[in-house]
Amino acid sequence: MGFGDLGVTLAYLLAVVSVCGCVFYSLRRWNDEEEMPVRQHPLDEDLEFEDEI
Amino acid sequence: MNLELLAIIVGAYTLVTAFLGWLGYKKTRTAADYLVGGREIHPVLMALAYGSTFISTSAIVGFGGAAALFGMGLLWLTALNILVGIFIAFVFFGRATRRIGAQLDAHTFPELLGRRYRSRFIQGFAGLVIALLMPLYAAAVMIGGARFLEVQLKLDFSLALFIFAVVVAVYVFFGGLKGVIYTDAFQGGLMFIGMAILLVGTYSHLGWLGSHRALTDLATQVPAALQAAGHNGWTSMPDLGSPLWWQLVSTIVLGVGIGVLAQPQLAVRFMTVKSGKELHRALLPGGIFIFMMTGTAFLVGALTNLYFFRKEGKIALAMVVDPATNRPNIDKIIPAYISDAFPEWFGYLFMLTLLAAAMSTLSGQFHAIGASVGRDLYQQAIAKGAHQDRTIPIAKLGIFFAFAATVVLGRNLQPGIIAIATALFFGMAAAAFLPAYVSALFWKRGTRAGVTAGMLCGLATWAGWVLFFHEKESAALKICSALFGKTSLVTGSSWAVIDPIVIALPVSALVTVTVSLLTKPCPPAEGPEKVSARTERQKVGDAVGV
Repeated sequence: MGFGDLGVTLAYLLAVVSVCGCVFYSLRRWNDEEEMPVRQHPLDEDLEFEDEI
Repeated sequence: MNLELLAIIVGAYTLVTAFLGWLGYKKTRTAADYLVGGREIHPVLMALAYGSTFISTSAIVGFGGAAALFGMGLLWLTALNILVGIFIAFVFFGRATRRIGAQLDAHTFPELLGRRYRSRFIQGFAGLVIALLMPLYAAAVMIGGARFLEVQLKLDFSLALFIFAVVVAVYVFFGGLKGVIYTDAFQGGLMFIGMAILLVGTYSHLGWLGSHRALTDLATQVPAALQAAGHNGWTSMPDLGSPLWWQLVSTIVLGVGIGVLAQPQLAVRFMTVKSGKELHRALLPGGIFIFMMTGTAFLVGALTNLYFFRKEGKIALAMVVDPATNRPNIDKIIPAYISDAFPEWFGYLFMLTLLAAAMSTLSGQFHAIGASVGRDLYQQAIAKGAHQDRTIPIAKLGIFFAFAATVVLGRNLQPGIIAIATALFFGMAAAAFLPAYVSALFWKRGTRAGVTAGMLCGLATWAGWVLFFHEKESAALKICSALFGKTSLVTGSSWAVIDPIVIALPVSALVTVTVSLLTKPCPPAEGPEKVSARTERQKVGDAVGV
C-alpha cells in the first residue's frame, strides 16, 4: 500500500475493516428486533419486580 | 470568482434549509417532538444527522490541515471514529440509551443521567456544565462558518457571524429537533458528495497506486525542527513517546476518538429512533459517512504535501506561511489545495460542504444548549419539575440563550481558538460525563453518590490540567502565567503535551467506581412503563375497592 511503517498501515486497515464491519453487521441484523439482554440493566429487574406485584 | 453565482448557490441552499426547518416546525406538536424528534426518526436520517453533527468544519479543514502536518497517522482517528464513534456508539451505547431513555421518558442527555439516579442535582449540574462550556465549542464552529461568509461573500465578519447564527437559530428555534435532523440530513448529503469528489479527484491527479509510495519517499523533505520532535515522514507514525507522538495520540486520536461517546448533542440522537432495529440500520450509512468524511480529510491532507512538492517544490506547510507571523497556518492548507488543484465549480461545491458542516454542527449545539438551559437547568433543577406543560416555550428561551451566548463569545474570542475550543469540549465531555454515562447504561452497582463524585472530580481534574499543565491551553488561557510566571507548571517535560483527557478520564472513572462501591445503591429508577403499570393497578384496585 506504500505506507512508511506498520503503524499507519494498521490504522488504514483497521479503518477499512471497521467500515466493512459496520456494513456487514448492519445488513446481518437489518430486521433484527432483538433488544439487549434484559439482565444488563437494573431497570429491567425493577420492571420484573413490578410485574410480580 | 463569480460572486453572483456563489450568492445564488448559497441562497438556494439557505432556502432548502429554511424549508426543512419549516417542515420540522409543522411536524412538531409535543415536547417529545421538540426535544427528541417524537422518537420516530428514520434511521438513515438519524445516521446522517449524527454524522453531520459530529463532523464540523474544523474536522475537515482543521484536522485535514493537521494531517498535512502529522501525516497519515491520523488514520488512527478515522479507525477510532468508526469503531468507537459509530459501531460501539450505535450498537452498545445507542441501543441502551434509546431503550432506557424511553423507559425513563428522558428528553435530554442530562435528564437520562438525572432520572437514572433520581437526582435533580445530577441533571441540573450536567445541564449547567453544558450551558457554560458548550457555547465555547459552538462559538468555535460559528466562527468557522462566519469566516466562510466573510471571505467568500465579502461580508464584514461581525455581520457574517450574526447572519450565520440567526439562520441556524431560527430553524432550531421553530423546528426543534425534527427541524435540526431534517436539515442535518440534507447537509450531511451535501458533505458526502463534496468529500467523495475531493477523494476521487485527489487520487486521480496524484495516482491511485503510486501516491502513497511517492509520499513515503518525500520523508527527506520533513523540516529539521519536526524531525527533532519525532516526525518520520507523512506515511509513518512519529517516534514513540516524542512530543509529536503524544500530541497525535493523546490529543487528536484519544481526545476526539473517545470524547465522542459522551457528547450530549450526539447521545440525544439515539433517543430519536423508535427501536433498536433502527440503530442497526443506521450503522450502515453512519459507518460509510464517517469513513468518507474523516478518511478523505486525513488522506488528502497528507497528500497535499506531494501535490505542492510536485508543483512548487515545497511541502504544504511552506505554502501557507503567514507573512505577519512567519509561521505556517495549517487551517489554510486544505482551502489552498482546493483552490489550486480543482476547477472553480468544485471550489463552490466545497464551500457549500464547509458551510453545511458548520451549520449542521451548530444546530445540534444550539438545540443541546437550549434543552439544557430550559429543560435541565431551569425546569428540572431550579423549578423542581414545575411547568411541565410549558416545556417547549422554556426550551425555546434556552435556545435564545444559546444564540446570544454563542454570538457574544464568537465576537470576542481570540484568533486560533477553533481547534483549542473543540478539543477542550471533547475532553471535558469525556471527563465529566463518560463514566457517569457508562455507569447509567451498564453498571447496576453505580450509585448516585458515586456518579456525582465522579462528575465533580472529573470536571475539576480536567479544569486543573487545562489551566496549569497542558501547555497548549494553559499558555493561551494565561492564568498559569499570571499566578506562577510560566506557561505550564510542567513546561519542558512530556507532561506538558499530555492531553487532559488522559488524566481526567481515569480519575473520573476511578472516583465513580470507588465511591459507588462504598455507598448504598440508589433506589430503582422509574420508567414510564412502571408508572403507567402502577397507575393501571391503582385504577383496577380502586374499581374493585381494594
